[in-house]
Amino acid sequence: MNRREFLQTSGALIVSAFPEIGFTQGKPGLVPGELDSWIAVMPDGGVKAFFGKMDMGQGLDVAVAQIVADELDVGFDRVEVLMGDTATSCNQGGASGSTGVSNGARLLRRAAAEARRVLVEGASNKLGVPAFDLKVEDGTVFSGDKKTTFAELVGGKHFNHKVQWNGQTGNPMDIQVPAKPKPPAEYKVVGKPLPRRDVAWKVFGTGDFVTDVRVLGMLHARVIRPPRAACKVRGVDAGSIKGIPGAQIVREKDFVAVVAPKEWDAVRAAQRLKVDWHTLDGAFPEMAKLYDHVRAAKVTKRAEEVKRGDVAAAFAKASKIVEAEYEWPFQSHASMGPACAVVDAKADSCTVWTGSQKPHFVRDGVAKLLGLPQDKVHAIWVSGPGSYGRNDAGDAAMDAAFLSRKVGKPVRVQGMRMDGTAWDPKAPACVLRGRAALDASGTVIGYEFLSKGFSRQHIATNESDPADSLVGLATGVAPKGTLIFGVPAESYGFENKLLAWETIPPLVAEGCSPLRTSHLRDPVGPEIHFGSEQFIDELALAAGEDPVAFRIRYLTNPRHAAVVKAAADKAGWASLGKGKGIAFAERGGTAVAVVAQVEVDRKTGRVWARRVTVAHDCGLVINPLVLRQTIEGNVVHGLSRALFEEVRFNRDAVTSIDWASYPILEIQDAPEAIEVVLIDRPEVAPTGAGEPTIRVIPAALANAFFDATGRRIRRAPLDPERVKAALA
Amino acid sequence: MARYRLTVDGKPVTLNADPEMPLLYALREDLGMNNPHFGCGLAQCGACTVHLDGEPVRACVMPVSVAAGKTVTTIKGLGTPAKPHPLQAAYVEEAVPQCGYCVNGWIMTAASILKKNPKASDAELREGLAGLKCRCGTHVSILRAIKRAQGAMS
Repeated sequence: MNRREFLQTSGALIVSAFPEIGFTQGKPGLVPGELDSWIAVMPDGGVKAFFGKMDMGQGLDVAVAQIVADELDVGFDRVEVLMGDTATSCNQGGASGSTGVSNGARLLRRAAAEARRVLVEGASNKLGVPAFDLKVEDGTVFSGDKKTTFAELVGGKHFNHKVQWNGQTGNPMDIQVPAKPKPPAEYKVVGKPLPRRDVAWKVFGTGDFVTDVRVLGMLHARVIRPPRAACKVRGVDAGSIKGIPGAQIVREKDFVAVVAPKEWDAVRAAQRLKVDWHTLDGAFPEMAKLYDHVRAAKVTKRAEEVKRGDVAAAFAKASKIVEAEYEWPFQSHASMGPACAVVDAKADSCTVWTGSQKPHFVRDGVAKLLGLPQDKVHAIWVSGPGSYGRNDAGDAAMDAAFLSRKVGKPVRVQGMRMDGTAWDPKAPACVLRGRAALDASGTVIGYEFLSKGFSRQHIATNESDPADSLVGLATGVAPKGTLIFGVPAESYGFENKLLAWETIPPLVAEGCSPLRTSHLRDPVGPEIHFGSEQFIDELALAAGEDPVAFRIRYLTNPRHAAVVKAAADKAGWASLGKGKGIAFAERGGTAVAVVAQVEVDRKTGRVWARRVTVAHDCGLVINPLVLRQTIEGNVVHGLSRALFEEVRFNRDAVTSIDWASYPILEIQDAPEAIEVVLIDRPEVAPTGAGEPTIRVIPAALANAFFDATGRRIRRAPLDPERVKAALA
Repeated sequence: MARYRLTVDGKPVTLNADPEMPLLYALREDLGMNNPHFGCGLAQCGACTVHLDGEPVRACVMPVSVAAGKTVTTIKGLGTPAKPHPLQAAYVEEAVPQCGYCVNGWIMTAASILKKNPKASDAELREGLAGLKCRCGTHVSILRAIKRAQGAMS
């Protein structure tokens, strides 16, 4: 009986997202130093790869299957990639920093290579043929007419074979093996445009999202967030939900929730519940003065990440100084649906179903919250309503764990729309300042770029500590917070150069704040490069040079210059009329350049990026099909953030609570065409693609707007009101 | 509480429900159907879209009492892997969804547009699909798939 059939017969779903692999007896512990933690060969010769990162719908699991198929010499269709279950995979950090292929799959590549080596050795012993005389094709090891198969050698059994683990957990986890992975020239499956495996069930409505997990006896819950930032509960009026069947209030300090057996009853109870909140006004600055607040705020940490030459001396002898400031607002994950989690907390163990992109860290956080040993918590990822960073999924899981423990039953928490828009951790607002010194010939002799904003990690990027969750903050756990921002990622060879960042204190020091900040897709990337890549255009203008030629002149890394040239060539830059803009950046080794072509409607203030051309170099391309679609998603998400997205707030609360008050790009404003040039470099180890493109979209758009109108907008988003004001 | 009869994906069903309860909760909880999703509860995104007597409606705000006596079709009733609606076939061909949570809105709305106007232009499609949300930014793929379906249907 599969999950679906089970559900249909019993009305309940109480099983893990993944089937048992069928031979749990004698399995070594799930630790990175065991080959069995990475690869299993089934009795039928099928291969399971246990992946400790996550695919969020961009086809990462397909890329992993391709890599494993090539290293093991088995057919692509025989490789199943299992991810997101803490009972079957090690903590490779979940979805994080576009490192799914570069860090995540590298380990699977090595494990698969080692598994092949061990299997060929086994075949050599069995067949009495030296290993170097053996060939492998689709899981069959042979020499002449002597042959055996992976299934015969190890199918249904454990390797019980050590690999060398570096002792690290999360993104830095690594293993070393004696086997040498294949050279790219021998790849047969890597590089092919193979299709994703999660499309059909999503299109036919035949699979389950995390929102669809049902556990026998579970209660539905809704959490009541405070109406003002950091305000405390004085009392709760239980009489206000009288008459709603089975509805109960759960309160601990400033955390308030309602639970009920039926979901609609939980929703109604949450709507009706009267909570007496302490008045606490004015936690936030006026929205109109946000950037003044950032400029004036005390610096909590400063880092000078690139410092070269003598910048002060360069400015002292400048013929011309160019200066500009750019501003970027708070932005919301605003995932497609508010987050959901189901938790069954028992006295000595706990099961968590979560849509979080880092389920291993959810396990750790829930264990800490409930005071359980880590190995007594089992977290299972089930597809959620989208995830591009530390969104509300982490809070939903911690809320559900807390509530399940309190009520002694399994609890399903799903937010309402405002939980996903007003109460998710936000991407930080910031001010970006560029300053450059030019000599008489227009050559840049000095360059400074400073980012100043709220830390990108006041809330940690994962859920491993209750201090980073709303339930923790509401029940008095002291917040932690890390101070970090970032600088532009490029290789402009300006002789005297300073790239620095500064963080400022969070708006609310203790308690729950809807403007607490954490990671959103390409954390601080679109923000910083909105400033830095517009500033490069401003310098090109000051130097009297074409923006493409100017970039190529200064970029010192040939791969960087190559993407700029490729994007410009593909877009036909030289022959384009008004309304074109280019931007470039690097991210974790991936280089991206984008040409945007825009149309501006002066009456309505609408800016339409009609055509967007992307040149993308992430080293070896594993799968061009899913890569193109990942890039397209980046383009549209980036346009949405650059054109529409701004979290609104008053002195007390976030007022962006739904899609009307937090508009995003809709299909009228989607480009007519997105052209993607993939620069495949088989000799270069693959780097990431989940985020690099989004960081250059806002600046390409703003540069195109300037080219179209002669006006520069230095504050995002370029929404109709701001555009009309700029053109008035 | 009141008793309501309606037809869902071809099957007659009877429900006991609060008249004000949105249809979405009846489909998901009382009938155990998982495919229509809660996205906003405000008719602002489309994740809950079903057909009511052939017209796309937002199940998250439509009281179950309004659906009484009518025919509800969800994306599961629109087509199956064995007998897909042309839009579903095109969606699979183009591998449109990323997270996939928005799919109901686009396919159910586009199915209605194409039924009335099989040769809808790009501008007519964009107009007809206004209001729907996709957070993964698959819009360009969505338009490609609808155009592919138009080709298959003509």
